[in-house]
Amino acid sequence: MTTPADPMTPVARLDNVSVRYGRQDVLHDVAAIFPPGTVGLLGPNGAGKSTMLKALLGFVRPTQGEMQVLGYDVATSPLQIRARLGYMPESDGHIPGMNAVSFVGYCGQLAGLPRSDAIQRAHEVLHYVGLGEARYRNLETYSTGMKQRIKLAQALVHDPDLLFLDEPTNGMDPKGRDEMLELVTDLATRKGVSLILSSHLLPDVEATCERVIVMHRGAIATQGSINELTERRRQVFEIRIKGDLDRYVQALEATGAECHGTDEDVMRVFVSPGQGPRDLFGVAMNQNVQVRHLRPSVPTLEDVFAEAIGEK
Amino acid sequence: MPIHDQTYRRYTGTRMDPGSAWLVIARVGMQSMFSRKLFLWVMLAAWGQFFVRAVIFYLSANFPNLDVLAPSVETFRQFFEIQEIFVLFVTVYVGSGLIANDRRSNALQIYLSKPLTRAEYVAGKLTILLVLLLLVTLVPALALLVMEMMFSASLTFLRTNLFLIPAITLYALVEVLLAAFTMLALSSLTTSARYTAVLYAGLLFFTSAVFNILRGATGSSMLAWLSLPANLEQIGDVIFRLPPRFESPWLLSVFVVAVVIGLSALVLERRVRGVEVVT
Repeated sequence: MTTPADPMTPVARLDNVSVRYGRQDVLHDVAAIFPPGTVGLLGPNGAGKSTMLKALLGFVRPTQGEMQVLGYDVATSPLQIRARLGYMPESDGHIPGMNAVSFVGYCGQLAGLPRSDAIQRAHEVLHYVGLGEARYRNLETYSTGMKQRIKLAQALVHDPDLLFLDEPTNGMDPKGRDEMLELVTDLATRKGVSLILSSHLLPDVEATCERVIVMHRGAIATQGSINELTERRRQVFEIRIKGDLDRYVQALEATGAECHGTDEDVMRVFVSPGQGPRDLFGVAMNQNVQVRHLRPSVPTLEDVFAEAIGEK
Repeated sequence: MPIHDQTYRRYTGTRMDPGSAWLVIARVGMQSMFSRKLFLWVMLAAWGQFFVRAVIFYLSANFPNLDVLAPSVETFRQFFEIQEIFVLFVTVYVGSGLIANDRRSNALQIYLSKPLTRAEYVAGKLTILLVLLLLVTLVPALALLVMEMMFSASLTFLRTNLFLIPAITLYALVEVLLAAFTMLALSSLTTSARYTAVLYAGLLFFTSAVFNILRGATGSSMLAWLSLPANLEQIGDVIFRLPPRFESPWLLSVFVVAVVIGLSALVLERRVRGVEVVT
């Protein structure tokens, strides 16, 4: 057993892990390394992100493979892991009939803190997550955004070294979402807590994480630092045309370019090395379409994600 | 300058080793119960019989013409029979929501993400119910025995019936273990405390009804083992060295009670998990 004293020792790793729910493969031969810092676990709903977190927590037993968290083997030392880990689940979770202070203090005691320390930490953590004024209110009266914050508070109360955040901004309004992401960033950058943030929202991951693991259909589609993954991609242009779009796309792809649609009326074209705006105009001229908008752009996490899961 | 920094700080205090979280669950659960007025009234009512019998013991010990009221082994057996209704009330009031409410509010994943095992979680919940049930069975029964000694200022009754101490303890444990395991298992099957209470009461009344119908039809009590309350009564008679009230073998009753407790433990093992897998 090793402890992650070395700053580069992974906080979590999975070696060829498979998980089945009944007959369904939920994780298939997953190998991943989570270094210290903030790692985003990205993927569409049903990709296996939450299952991976639950497997790392020891909630589900893999059919094959080994997992380590904070240097401990998940199969043999789940309690040592959970003593140093905080988990913010995706679904609402609270203990009925309690107010925020008693709930968070109770969670602290469950995690091994003495009663007086747990209550003191509960007050501090509730202030930190922005629930200081509402800390004596019954949890059942909390709004969705407040419930997200209380889940973060209970995950933090015992001062974990590693936090698992499962969809932390679910159901939050834009202001609340920004505040939650600020908290996440603060924890990672100023408080020295390593984070694994599972989300299907690219902006959340992009705003908070240094590295990303993209999951698709229970497997790792790609992983690495966000900078590396975006730099690795080819030059990209945003383009809008007037004319036969399908024919233009076909002609572009014949030259080796790659076209991705967006929510707006522009498409993103990844050109092959050596290609440039002149080639895009040339193809347009040949296909008899007009280029109405052409702007160089930078590859984004969305592009990495789209490519990883094979989305066009 | 703030007198106290209220931002997030790393914790440098002591931490307890894993293994004591069940005590936290039990302590907080019991505190929560004792903070409810209705529960306090139920407990007060449950101790009513103790006070009445204590007065009777006093009268029989101090007024020779009232020695017909003097305690006997049957007195303690009857004490438990009367307490059964309070065992039912406390089991339903305390136990029905113990796991069902946690399942309803997704608290299980919160609990199990802390350094505690599923067994510890169940042990904590079980302790709440066991302790509160023992407070209406074992504790008043033993206290009654102490009252008898105090009022009679003699150890004669206790010396003559020394087996009463283990009998009271054993019967109370069998009764509360059966009630607590059965209730917790039912509570783990639902997300509604009310539904759990109905299930538990239904289980007791249905098995008794089936037994009584068959008893009426056959004219024999050989099928007493079908009824959970009848099994307890049968075991109670044997423990208190009284003639068993039913014709069915008492060992069969012991077996049924053991099976029910075992099945309940199995249900708890299957149902108390950090993740619910629907296949």
